Amino acid sequence: MNDTDRKLGPTILKVESISLAFGGVKALTNISFEVKQHEILAIIGPNGAGKSSMLNVINGVYHPNAGSITYKGNVRQQMKPYEAASQGIARTFQNIALFKGMSVLDNIMTGRTLKMNAGFLAQCLHIGPARNEEIEHRKKVEEIIDFLQIQSIRKTPVGRLPYGLQKRVELGRALAAEPELLLLDEPMAGMNIEEKEDMSRFILDVNDEFGTTIVLIEHDMGVVMDLSDRIVVLDYGKKIGDGTPTEIRNNKEVIDAYLGVSD
Amino acid sequence: MFYREAGQFKTSYKADQAVFPIFQDKIFVAIWLFIGFVVVPMLASEYMFRAIFIPVIIMALAAIGLNLLVGYCGQVSLGSGAFMAVGAYAAYNFMIRVPELNPLICFLLGGLSATVVGVIFGIPSLRIKGFYLAVATLALQFFTDWTFSRIDWFTNYTPSGSIAVQPIEVLGVVFDSPIRKYFLCLVFLVIFTIIGKNIVRGRIGRAWMATRDMDVAAEIIGIRPVYAKLSAFAVSSFFIGVAGALWAFVHLGSWEPLAFDINLSFSILFMVIIGGLGSIVGGMLGAAFITLLPLFLNQLPVWLGINISTAMISHLEFMIFGALIIFFLAVEPLGLARIWQITKEKLRLWPFPH
Ligand SMILES: Nc1ncnc2c1ncn2[C@@H]1O[C@H](COP(=O)(O)OP(=O)(O)O)[C@@H](O)[C@H]1O
Ligand SMILES: [Mg+2]
Repeated sequence: MNDTDRKLGPTILKVESISLAFGGVKALTNISFEVKQHEILAIIGPNGAGKSSMLNVINGVYHPNAGSITYKGNVRQQMKPYEAASQGIARTFQNIALFKGMSVLDNIMTGRTLKMNAGFLAQCLHIGPARNEEIEHRKKVEEIIDFLQIQSIRKTPVGRLPYGLQKRVELGRALAAEPELLLLDEPMAGMNIEEKEDMSRFILDVNDEFGTTIVLIEHDMGVVMDLSDRIVVLDYGKKIGDGTPTEIRNNKEVIDAYLGVSD
Repeated sequence: MFYREAGQFKTSYKADQAVFPIFQDKIFVAIWLFIGFVVVPMLASEYMFRAIFIPVIIMALAAIGLNLLVGYCGQVSLGSGAFMAVGAYAAYNFMIRVPELNPLICFLLGGLSATVVGVIFGIPSLRIKGFYLAVATLALQFFTDWTFSRIDWFTNYTPSGSIAVQPIEVLGVVFDSPIRKYFLCLVFLVIFTIIGKNIVRGRIGRAWMATRDMDVAAEIIGIRPVYAKLSAFAVSSFFIGVAGALWAFVHLGSWEPLAFDINLSFSILFMVIIGGLGSIVGGMLGAAFITLLPLFLNQLPVWLGINISTAMISHLEFMIFGALIIFFLAVEPLGLARIWQITKEKLRLWPFPH
């Protein structure tokens, strides 16, 4: 059902010949692929293959040594994190990167930062624009809280939450930015089956309802095959496969390098 | 003792976002304001105003200011004494060079001068963190000590290098008696507390806390660490600078550069740590605690009828501070404010603990 009833748009992101090295370690070598609007693209590969590095290049946390990134028609040598955020790219991290000392609500509210613009003085006095803005954005955040079914923990400091819920809150923070392109780094790692099912449903709903383009890294092949429109396979920093789930399942090189070994 | 949420359903986000969402919290605040504005002025002696209330209030203002930087934004600073000095000397210079200015405006200009210095000395925070940043702010401390004792222009060429000022006069009211000074400081504290609370619960406060907790993640959702850190330095220095002007003009009356040395910086940092990092109430509790502890220790032997030398008492003071700081850093980084909060949570459930 994946491929048939979906309407993919034009290319939103195109990375070309990206290479990235840390000292002698070649994390990425000459990687190129495209992501179409409204697509769910999965990046798979064994540990250390360069998957997280690839996401870091896309939203500007790492700067590649070579190659280019074309996002929404603009070609760049590299992204900057702030620029990526303001252009509609949001993400979650493999090792949860929430703001530990803040409540769930405040964490998700930070996702609205770029949409808020009340002046400094108004904020000091909490008058007019500042107060209205807080309320207006709080409404949006409450919608996300409802969507992710985390109403009961909205005032809890995130540091006290179990791992699975933290992953959910981190997704919430990314969604609060209303991104066009959402990068998810192992959103289901360490979860039990039920939590994985919830998370899969959230991802599909986000893609469906808001039309968000999603690039996700995931190890669970069952989940990957179910969710994604297309799969890019990395191994030792090189791309060894790119295609629909069916194509990847039958790709000899991929089976040898990865699928055969893992499940 | 009915501190409860039950029955108070918030029907709008506006209500839920109020500064004190629980009705009983409002009562607490009202009680404190009543004590501050009515009970204390009725009961306190001149000595108590001078030795306890005025210094505690001004230090609370400074500690809240430092807490914005250290507790909320996570940037360590040992420069509070320096920012207070800048506030005090700048206010003094505005006052003598532009005599027609209202003294309160001069205090605020003193605060703004501290802001400028704070932003400049905040620039290293964009590259360095923690211990190294603390050392950089320490440099500011030595820099201001030197500037105000060596460059005579700042002290208006007074031969001794110390400054003595007349009680300030605002709209015909002379703030010469302890009780008037007390009211003046209290009004400053209340206004700045409201501003501080407003800032930390809004976008800027979240940007600070996000930068403190995880700066990479803050950046990828569109918070610029540069703005977050420098704005924290700016606001924090403003608070501390105004506190410095009050300290000099209202509390001390005459002072020399030594009044704002590194010891003062440490005291304020201790107030923040003991009071509670990242809490406005914490700044107040810490200021009260650190100002009152020496007075208390001095009185203790008298009450107990035993003889302890003053030297011994000041040693004791250091030991107690040391122990408390280690305790709070290791066991309860949220400080006295956390203990206050736990007490409130207990009250909320009282008398049924489950
Ligand atoms: N910040 C970094 N500094 C040094 N080496 C890094 C850094 N980030 C990633 N690497 C290296 O790059 C390679 C790819 O890592 P990563 O992208 O995290 O792989 P994956 O996410 O596929 O497990 C690994 O060899 C890793 O050690
Ligand atoms: Mg990874």
